[in-house]
Amino acid sequence: MAAPKKGRRPTGAQGRPGRALAIILIAMVALTAGMFISKQTTPRLGIDLAGGTSITLKAKSEPGKENAVNETNMNTAVGIIERRVNGLGVSEAEVQTQGRDHIIVNIPKGMNEKQAREQVGTTAQLYFRPVIAFADGAPAAPEGTQSPSPSASGSGAPKAQDGKTSPSATPSSSATSQGRALSEGLKAPNAPTPTPSASESKKADDKAAPSPSASAPAPDPAAADLQAKFAALDCTNEEQRAAVGKGVKPTDPTLACGQRGEQWGKWILGPAAVEGKDVKSAKGEIDPQSGQWIVTMNFNDHGADAFAKVTGELAAKQMPQNQFAIVLDGDVISDPSVSTAITGGNAQISGGFNQQSAQDLGNMLSYGALPLSFQEDSVTTVTAALGGEQLRAGLIAGAIGLLLVVVYLLVYYRGLAFIAIVSLLVSAILTYTIMALLGKGIGFALNLPAVCGAIVAIGITADSFIVYFERIRDEIREGRTLRPAVERAWPRARRTILVSDFVSFLAAAVLFIVTVGKVQGFAFTLGLTTLLDVVVVFLFTKPVMTLLARTKFFASGHPWSGLDPKRLGAKPPLRSSRRTAAPAPVEAKEA
Amino acid sequence: MSKLGDLGAKLYRGEVGYDFVGKRFLWYGVSILITITAIVALAVQGLNMGIEFKGGAVFTTPKTGLSVAKVTEAAEEASGHDAIVQELGTGGMRIQISGLDTDAATDVKKVLATDLKVTEADINADLVGPSWGEQIANKAWTGLGVFMVLVVIYLAIAFEWRMAVAALIALIHDLTITVGVYALVGFEVTPGTVIGLLTILGYSLYDTVVVFDGLKEGSKDITKQTRYTFSEIANRSINGTLVRSINTTVVALLPVAALLFIGGGFLGAGMLNDISLSLFVGLAAGAYSSIFIATPLVVDLKEREPAMKALKKRVLAKRAAAAAKGESPDEAEVSDGEPQVVSQGRQPGRRR
Repeated sequence: MAAPKKGRRPTGAQGRPGRALAIILIAMVALTAGMFISKQTTPRLGIDLAGGTSITLKAKSEPGKENAVNETNMNTAVGIIERRVNGLGVSEAEVQTQGRDHIIVNIPKGMNEKQAREQVGTTAQLYFRPVIAFADGAPAAPEGTQSPSPSASGSGAPKAQDGKTSPSATPSSSATSQGRALSEGLKAPNAPTPTPSASESKKADDKAAPSPSASAPAPDPAAADLQAKFAALDCTNEEQRAAVGKGVKPTDPTLACGQRGEQWGKWILGPAAVEGKDVKSAKGEIDPQSGQWIVTMNFNDHGADAFAKVTGELAAKQMPQNQFAIVLDGDVISDPSVSTAITGGNAQISGGFNQQSAQDLGNMLSYGALPLSFQEDSVTTVTAALGGEQLRAGLIAGAIGLLLVVVYLLVYYRGLAFIAIVSLLVSAILTYTIMALLGKGIGFALNLPAVCGAIVAIGITADSFIVYFERIRDEIREGRTLRPAVERAWPRARRTILVSDFVSFLAAAVLFIVTVGKVQGFAFTLGLTTLLDVVVVFLFTKPVMTLLARTKFFASGHPWSGLDPKRLGAKPPLRSSRRTAAPAPVEAKEA
Repeated sequence: MSKLGDLGAKLYRGEVGYDFVGKRFLWYGVSILITITAIVALAVQGLNMGIEFKGGAVFTTPKTGLSVAKVTEAAEEASGHDAIVQELGTGGMRIQISGLDTDAATDVKKVLATDLKVTEADINADLVGPSWGEQIANKAWTGLGVFMVLVVIYLAIAFEWRMAVAALIALIHDLTITVGVYALVGFEVTPGTVIGLLTILGYSLYDTVVVFDGLKEGSKDITKQTRYTFSEIANRSINGTLVRSINTTVVALLPVAALLFIGGGFLGAGMLNDISLSLFVGLAAGAYSSIFIATPLVVDLKEREPAMKALKKRVLAKRAAAAAKGESPDEAEVSDGEPQVVSQGRQPGRRR
């Protein structure tokens, strides 16, 4: 090819390979230093590599409230779930939104997974409703029907309990959840209340029939309907339990199920008197006077007024209508009785708590009122052992993949391969340090798909070198000596690399934006490595190539350099060997 | 230098070459056949959707010392659902129970731990609600759509619309084949598979872009010469970039193969395996389609252009004239991808 195009002068970094190399060297040193200074020398590992539990929740859009799933509510929910989970004593747990309607909860190993799930899963609306009637959970003649139904619905929990405990309500178990009394906080005149209420409600329990119909106050058809449904309701049946009270407005009376100790109970409840969001704070603590576990609550002004009103009304009534139910997501989680009107916004629930149940109730009361309800989409529990194994497998796969690529490059490109290998190494260092730093910076956690992405990226990165090398070799086949070949090949290879990397990056970006969870990790690494590929090729591979083109080994086309014109089948040099005179014997001229 | 290197030189000089463009209808036929097979397999056999799409649980236990049959029995007993049990390289068991409620799964886990005599804390659990996989798939479809639109726009700008269309067809071709292989072999489709599938998007195009780049360069000043038609230039471009395509594909496949091997061998199943399997199939299909499908398609689209038709006429006329003079036109070789240089009359290829 004759002279005309020869003058395509390299610009910028290409002309000064030293400067480009300095930039990337400084970047590497800075990143590495940053890594050590921030003491973040390894990437943060995701749940699937380190062990732990990962829960994906999806906000349910409920009929009539389609707009409820919005950013504000999602963020509020994240805040509440975060407080809840960390209220269990795990400060490491992370809760974040993903996409429009997902929340990911990652709980590291070493904490009670089941408890955490319960805390996260009970993402409920909390209401205080006065009790109208109460009965044992099953309808009449329960023994025959009870045991098959839960197993049919696939639930293990009720089965175990029904089989063992339902025939006789043992006093000890029922005492734990029954007969709780509500009293005014701070003053705590709580001593006498628990006892009578406990014994009374136990009686009601033992009758095991929809007996408290005496309390039904109304000739009102709606109330009669509710009565009928109440009589038919079987709280030991999981499906019925799930369906009960669904779609009922807080301002309407409703039916509800709940566990009292080991047994299910069912309730008719009045309109909500106080909402969960009116609870300012609540916690389980030891009552200094009695030494028992109690739950204290603190209402905001609105809640305090409403609470004073409802407790005033309830206190005048008879059992069980002097009770109110604390209803979380349709389930009764507690039903303390009231003996006096409680004013001033502070109250406490006492009777039959242990540390666990008091703290759980406290948590639920404080953090109960989520603006949205969620469903568990996936729960992954990974033991540390499996996590380690997966990490090891990923690393081994990466090592083998890298080795195969290196061997292939060496066989095919010989000396040139070293440039590729060192470039890969630079890319790996950059990727590693950035990942490690991002762990602290944006909470990036390396999960298994991310490791996959990094391994797949070895190929993408090496591809760029191949594109460039093949270009250089094409130029040498044209009869050029190495130095002009390196410079001439660059603009063309550069375009190919940019276009194909752009397409890769586009794929990664789209993947990152539209997906959730694990997939994002994959997309993230792929995008990151694609960007770094461009950086490395521009600031490292090309400048190094320029520099090495000046060395005798490469410029003379040493057989092991991978650039031997003879082996490449090059045509004789185009121009008279103005340059070849200096370093190399005119090996290229084969004729 | 290796054999491939020699081949590369020969391909580059056009000494050897495969007539990809001329035989394109053969390869179109092959692809159509494969695609039809894939679609039929998909329609008849359907995909073997993983637990993530049905809802259920996957438990992974440490080494138990029990037989697969025993564990299956225990799992079915504990859950009341069908269980698929698989022994892993580690001696542990992978128990899949579909249709299991996420709430009930916790209790099943407890029962399993007792039955298999391992501690509950050592059992890994992956519980999935029934809509999870569907959501991932839906998002994948969205992603696919968005990506295709963006990439067609980009390729139309960076190259031209014909190449964008051809690349898109090649991409759909790759995806269909991959899905078809899954239907045919009955590999399980999991979110990992979907990830792999989406990654193919970027990757399959990488190869196509490399070939198109060569083509674009080769046909830059095509109308200023009369030696070659567009088809011929395109064929030379493919042959010229063949070694590059082979190398990039091999190098891309090697790490994926390592992943597949380790993922399958070590962990039995799981994310690593799922991603790498679909990537492997898709990459192989992508390499094939960028050479055999994408570029020939560009040729078909391009040869319809009046300018290219005119060129073809001129080239053929010139050859006829040359033949009349007794000079074999075949001797003329193009020295590199830039026709305008060739047309200056230098034919260094002969000096060999």
